[in-house]
Amino acid sequence: MKRFVPYLVLLVAALWLGSSWITPKPKPGDFDLTSFGRIPVLVGGRIKPLDTVARNSLLIMRGKQSLRLPNGGGTMTATRWLADVLFNPTVADGYPVFAVANQEVLGMCGMPQEDKRYCTFAELKPSLEKIEQERKLADDVEATERTPFQTAILNLHNALIHYQQLKNSVHEEGTVDFGKEIETYAAAVASGAGSIQPGATPLPQDQLNLLKAAVSRYERQSRFSNMLAVAPKAGGSEGDWLSTGNALIRVDSPQTIPASVAALADMSDAFRADDKAKFVKVTKEYAGWLAVEHPEWTTRTSYEMRFNRMEPFYQSMVLYVGAFLLACGSWLVCPKGLRKTAFLLILLALLVHSFGMFSRMWLQGRPPVTNLYSSAIFVGWGAVVIGIVLERLFRDGIGIACSGLVGFITLIIAHHLGSSGDTLEMMQAVLDSNIWLATHVVVITAGYSAMFLAGFLAIAYVIIDMMPKTFDKQAGKTLARMVYGVVCFATLFSFVGTVLGGIWADQSWGRFWGWDPKENGALLIVLWCALILHARWGGFIRERGLMIMAIFGNAITAFSWFGVNMLGVGLHSYGFMDKAFPWLLGFVICQVLFMIKLSIRFPSKD
Amino acid sequence: MMQTLKRLLGPISSLRLTVICLAAALVLVFAGTIAQVRFGLFFVQEQYFQSWVVWWSPASGAYKIPVFPGGHLVGAVLLINLIAAHIQRFRWTWKKFGIQLTHLGLIIMLAGGLATDLFSVSSFMRLKEGETKNYSEDQARVELAVIDQTDPENLKVTAIPGEVISKGGTITSGDLPFTLAVRSYFRNSKLKMIGQETGASSVPAATNGTGQRVSLTSAPRATKMDERDIMSAVVEVTPAKGGKSLGTWLVSDALAVSQDLEIDGRKWSLQLRPARYYKPYSLTLKDFTHETYPGTMIPKNFSSKVDLTDAANKDTRQVLIYMNHPLRHMGDTYYQSGFEPDNSGTVLQVVRNPGYQAPYIACIIVSIGLIFQFTYHLIGFARRSKPTVKP
Repeated sequence: MKRFVPYLVLLVAALWLGSSWITPKPKPGDFDLTSFGRIPVLVGGRIKPLDTVARNSLLIMRGKQSLRLPNGGGTMTATRWLADVLFNPTVADGYPVFAVANQEVLGMCGMPQEDKRYCTFAELKPSLEKIEQERKLADDVEATERTPFQTAILNLHNALIHYQQLKNSVHEEGTVDFGKEIETYAAAVASGAGSIQPGATPLPQDQLNLLKAAVSRYERQSRFSNMLAVAPKAGGSEGDWLSTGNALIRVDSPQTIPASVAALADMSDAFRADDKAKFVKVTKEYAGWLAVEHPEWTTRTSYEMRFNRMEPFYQSMVLYVGAFLLACGSWLVCPKGLRKTAFLLILLALLVHSFGMFSRMWLQGRPPVTNLYSSAIFVGWGAVVIGIVLERLFRDGIGIACSGLVGFITLIIAHHLGSSGDTLEMMQAVLDSNIWLATHVVVITAGYSAMFLAGFLAIAYVIIDMMPKTFDKQAGKTLARMVYGVVCFATLFSFVGTVLGGIWADQSWGRFWGWDPKENGALLIVLWCALILHARWGGFIRERGLMIMAIFGNAITAFSWFGVNMLGVGLHSYGFMDKAFPWLLGFVICQVLFMIKLSIRFPSKD
Repeated sequence: MMQTLKRLLGPISSLRLTVICLAAALVLVFAGTIAQVRFGLFFVQEQYFQSWVVWWSPASGAYKIPVFPGGHLVGAVLLINLIAAHIQRFRWTWKKFGIQLTHLGLIIMLAGGLATDLFSVSSFMRLKEGETKNYSEDQARVELAVIDQTDPENLKVTAIPGEVISKGGTITSGDLPFTLAVRSYFRNSKLKMIGQETGASSVPAATNGTGQRVSLTSAPRATKMDERDIMSAVVEVTPAKGGKSLGTWLVSDALAVSQDLEIDGRKWSLQLRPARYYKPYSLTLKDFTHETYPGTMIPKNFSSKVDLTDAANKDTRQVLIYMNHPLRHMGDTYYQSGFEPDNSGTVLQVVRNPGYQAPYIACIIVSIGLIFQFTYHLIGFARRSKPTVKP
């Protein structure tokens, strides 16, 4: 019976995962937004479902993917919120979506000076001019020299701009009956075109005025919004998407109103009229039309929506913690059973992690690492793969514990990196090369994985060293072999990755090496690995020395991964991130403490 | 004989020296990365990496003391150490084969890096649509172009390199009927219109030309990525056959137009401009395109369609230069580097690097070596691990 316990745990975990596959039913009495969330639009150069647009917008504005309503109003899904923003902005203005975490800013806007407050647009509206003035002042200050107030003002300003753009994505704010409006407009355009024929009666003045007003409104909408919601007819490419305004300006009769515009107008009117049945019917019909015209795009957006809801990285994070705890427990009680369970759990976690990573690759059509966010996901993945291999070789639970911990930490990092918006962003021209992304970037990131795994194995050594009663000397020896092997692996990957990067730089910038901070960061890892290996071969360090150096490898890798981006100089400084500096510093200090702990008894034990 | 050689090689081929060099390189690279925040890439590159010794001097600059070995020194010692170790420890065994190969690749890479540092030249070619050029310009170097304008159809150019001007003294040339005496020289300078810009002194920089209306002051060396030094000099023109001085002229990188002077009825012009490298072929820009992703300002691609005309080699063709796809021709490589703000023209970076193939060769050799060694060890490692497995 005992033999089946690990599999039973696995089954429970799998059931928990499976539950996220089921599409949740809408709340009774509310709109069914399943088809709505799936509708593809083009934002930021990429075709994505409205669900993604909604989630990313909330992430940018309030740091979460859903909305908590005040006074026990429960949570609102991002898609539901977006429907209000697009179709019923006056209601949306009352939702607390702007996270302001600066007392001075709150005070300036006439609100109680709390540490953090979620403001509604209606609350901020009277202060818009003041915010704009402060924004202009803050803009002239260099990013590194801004005060917290100025940074907060700029963040709030960005969120406000984003919100205003979103509100005008389908039609101008304050539109009442969009369906009727566009029909009248299209009819007026058709009769206007007829009136310029020889012998025809000229267009009456009121019709002319209506046309003028409409065209300038549509022109304004298309200038202000950054969403291209109008899909081309079958066979059209990504470049043929239009904003509703631009699409309407091209209309010459009621028959030529694009299907997307008509559908969005019907949705908008049904939503405002609170006609739930009609809303569902219209969204379903539009989804059907899209599926026929653009099967490839709709497959992707449906998949992306499911992917959003599953949150595979969150799930694998939970599983990694479980595996880590079980592996640790296996050293104290019931070694075989717990280790087996931990091993099964980490395999499942890796499976979910891989599913998430490969889904992203398929959605983006790119190799796994394209920005800092995806690098965090890949570092964890790589470390877990190596950790599982080590576990198969040594079967002592250490591979599971260390790789589970690295997997968990890197996914936490990814989670925080992902709060700045769409993580499947388009690649800048110079990075637009799948061959180099697949080779240089992947290889160098795999080097980070190995460095961190080696470093965490060495930290495990520190802990083993502190508990001489629980572990014998053999455990330390085994760990030393693991660390040595993983450092060799890291050397290979870091070196090859760095040189490939040099070759890419030679292809695109005309120099193999330019002493740019990111390049130097990669070189530091290579040099450190070479130093560890040569010091070991020369007998300058032994077991403990190896461990101390491997722990410092963590600090060097963290510097190379994030530290150089914080310097704010160089060609690779994508994503300036000063907020994370205290974390980096804390991490490095921890590593140094571990090193000191190990070196104290240095001569006596070796 | 061999024994003596080996004994001599002992210390320089030692693993201890390797470890010291690697540690020194580590410290140097780290310090050189952090220093970029304050001093900028170019300065750091010059002071830390492309130098034999890193110097420290107090803010007053009164003296300087060596604080650390520079990039060239560390690299050179490491290279010697590597070669010596190779000579001394080379043994033909499979066990060591991967390591030998890896280090051979590293020798090629270090040597190639040194060659690139010493011999590679980087310059730029700016082309408007429809324009043809047969030269590129070096933004880090300047030259004083003295042009004989007597025959407008056939201008005769005498280019005096900026390095000559920076040395000061009097410059004479057989092609010129006058001498140029450098009265003042600034590596980086600020030019201001007298009476129009604040902070301009009332002393004109020169007695002739634009310099009469401009004041000249020295400026600290540029450190930021988007700044560059503006070199200026004041030269005095005296007829070579003797006689009265014609006065002084201000020549500067900041003055876009040339200044005229007349001697014995012949017209000449003076201009300090980026140093030019003439090519035995020419490029004509046909079209420049700047694509963005739909609905965004994110650049998707920049590309320049150019006509390459090389009469000597009978090589005339149309080439598309775009991101990650440079044009290589007669030892020069042209990269898409930038563009005019209104998309009317392109900026191509031109690199002449005789050692550019070294990293490619080195990379292949080292990769084979590392993969070989790694697999060799992994197999042994897995074999040794087996017995520890308990059923």
